[in-house]
Amino acid sequence: MKIHIGNGRLIDPASATDRVADLFIAAGRIVSIDEKPEGFHANQEIDASGQIVCPGLVDLSVRLREPGFEYRATLESEMQAAVAGGVTSLACPPDTDPPLDEPGLVEMLKHKAKNLNLAHVYPIGAMTQGLLGADLTEMAELRDAGCMAFCHADKPITNTLVMMRAMQYAATFDLSVWLRAQDASLSRIGVAHEGEVATRLGLPGIPTVAETIALSKILMLARDTGARIHLCRISSSEGLEMVREAKREGLPVTCDVSANHVHLSEMDIGFFDSNCHLVPPLRSLRDRDAIRRALAEGVIDAICSDHTPVDDDAKLLPFGESEAGATGLELLLPLVLKWAEDDRIPLVEALARITSRPAGILGIEAGAIAVGKPADLCIYDPEQYWKVEPKSLKSQGKNTPFLGYEVKGKVICTLVDGHIVHRPH
Amino acid sequence: MQKNIQINQHGELQHLLTIEGLPASMLHHILDTAESFVGVTEREVKKVPLLRGKAIFNLFFEPSTRTRTTFEIAAKRLSADVLNLNISASSQSKGETMLDTVNNLSAMQADMFIVRHSQSGAAHLIARHVAPEIHVINAGDGRHAHPTQALLDMYTIRHYKRDFHELKVAIVGDVMHSRVARSQIHALTTLGVPEVRVIAPRTLLPRGVEKLGVHPYDDMKKGLKDVDVLLMLRLQNERMQGALLPSAQEYFKYYGLTPEKLALARPDAIVMHPGPMNRGLEIDSAVADGPQSVILPQVTFGIAVRMAVMSILAGN
Repeated sequence: MKIHIGNGRLIDPASATDRVADLFIAAGRIVSIDEKPEGFHANQEIDASGQIVCPGLVDLSVRLREPGFEYRATLESEMQAAVAGGVTSLACPPDTDPPLDEPGLVEMLKHKAKNLNLAHVYPIGAMTQGLLGADLTEMAELRDAGCMAFCHADKPITNTLVMMRAMQYAATFDLSVWLRAQDASLSRIGVAHEGEVATRLGLPGIPTVAETIALSKILMLARDTGARIHLCRISSSEGLEMVREAKREGLPVTCDVSANHVHLSEMDIGFFDSNCHLVPPLRSLRDRDAIRRALAEGVIDAICSDHTPVDDDAKLLPFGESEAGATGLELLLPLVLKWAEDDRIPLVEALARITSRPAGILGIEAGAIAVGKPADLCIYDPEQYWKVEPKSLKSQGKNTPFLGYEVKGKVICTLVDGHIVHRPH
Repeated sequence: MQKNIQINQHGELQHLLTIEGLPASMLHHILDTAESFVGVTEREVKKVPLLRGKAIFNLFFEPSTRTRTTFEIAAKRLSADVLNLNISASSQSKGETMLDTVNNLSAMQADMFIVRHSQSGAAHLIARHVAPEIHVINAGDGRHAHPTQALLDMYTIRHYKRDFHELKVAIVGDVMHSRVARSQIHALTTLGVPEVRVIAPRTLLPRGVEKLGVHPYDDMKKGLKDVDVLLMLRLQNERMQGALLPSAQEYFKYYGLTPEKLALARPDAIVMHPGPMNRGLEIDSAVADGPQSVILPQVTFGIAVRMAVMSILAGN
């Protein structure tokens, strides 16, 4: 299959490129930029005039719900959602049922995903068996089976000794450890940020110190063990200050936030909107502004969707009993574009947070457009508005705080390994 | 963002879910209507036909005898048909969701639901999903709101103090876990009380409570100085667990209302309590049964206030 993409505005954050250019694709890879190679006859011409051609998005947290939670979503529905959102590579946390704690499960997931021939799936292995926080998994075996990193999803590791050993063991094999900072006892009953809104609505709170205490433990252990750490979903101004300091010190840490937290705060809970029941909780406006500042400064490396499809029944409950999480794969691009527009961030900078930077964190050959690289691409119309509503989402999860919003930026074509995997109409 | 659904497009009360956001004029209208019903409750035939033929369902997902009974009496005095459902014991244990239960009951031609639930926001959720002709009254949702309790408290204050604009009011006890306290705070600040204080140890005060327009005190002796109204809160026994409080004895010593502590308030101060009381824990019997206590009149007014809310909703 040979494809010619003509007249698109090519934005490649990895090479700081932003100009109109033609792309030539053959055998799954980019074979030329600008110049048509000799003897190249395209089987397919894509006219990208007025559109933006960027690397396929790399999403660091996508719950595919398989195995174990197929009533919430299936691999197929969520992979369709991924490519509809321009996401060509995604990392999935191990909180499936059973958790991704043994090589056979990881191989099966990779195999099923590969057969669908849509986006690339990169499983993140469980750090402890059953995500119970007690016994280490066979991390090296899991790596050989395809795990790109190790994490504990949203489950706490309460035993500090176990956390230290897991980091030491991961460092032995130079495996990176992804952790979410939340102290278990300070967040056990909480369902919302402990602040003004939770106080007004009478919702049990999760204080900011639940994040900073856990973060300081992780950072101290990182310093002690030398493990490579990626900090997932930082939510508070104070937490970001600690990450800023750790980076200044030269610790090998990276950090991401969810796209929801770039735009929303506790105020959006309104009168108990369970679509705003998220993990970590939406915090104050001050925290949201700090997230935007840290993104602009580069303290936050990546934005992920933290895609969590939840079935309607699990959201049609009182706020505290509802299941946390939001669907997000198809909103990642428009939400990042909105942030860029709101805060006047150059597109090449903004797109780096969902392409080259997360690819670097994941350690994959993706997130860049260059001759010889796999042709994983996203072509989107930057001016097209669309309304977020259940029928406009391919994901089986229709749960998002952005339901009813008009967003800008519509993916019109997604390519994975040089194949067109999404092209509506 | 979801809008406040308790006011309909004509600015009338569609549901009563929380005091927050209701204008002072509407609160006074409810209290005025209640005043007209107090006469009814003192008559020999304690019934008016305002809600004849209406079906009112008491939907209690959390056990309660007192609140359910007062709603039942209020509904019967308005000549409505009342059905009591103790849900925790029936469908929920069979796995039926709360909204399934509500839909089933709606199909039985309910006109009004009185809802009590252990989760904050439950009444809002139900109100958002019932047919437009059905009214929902929140009889207590988690830690969030208990609007009819706050209204009967306001009725009592108005009855004894006439005017809200010069009062100092103290709410004493477990504000953190109290839906009553949250509704009282909204009602008092809406009705123009210039100084509302909350008094509790710091483990029982929610973060940012001052943003609700109140002055927090942890020293009860300072907090009670010169107050006109004391609103005592019930302290659940389980608060002695979970590192919130060390012991009942210590709590009573520092935060229990004794005659000595009451003497710090204004001599004509009134003492209120939503019941059921824990004598010797949050309140001394000498105060509960003393001349400044208006705890029993509160119960009587509570029926009139609930009649008022039901009749206003049924008329809108």
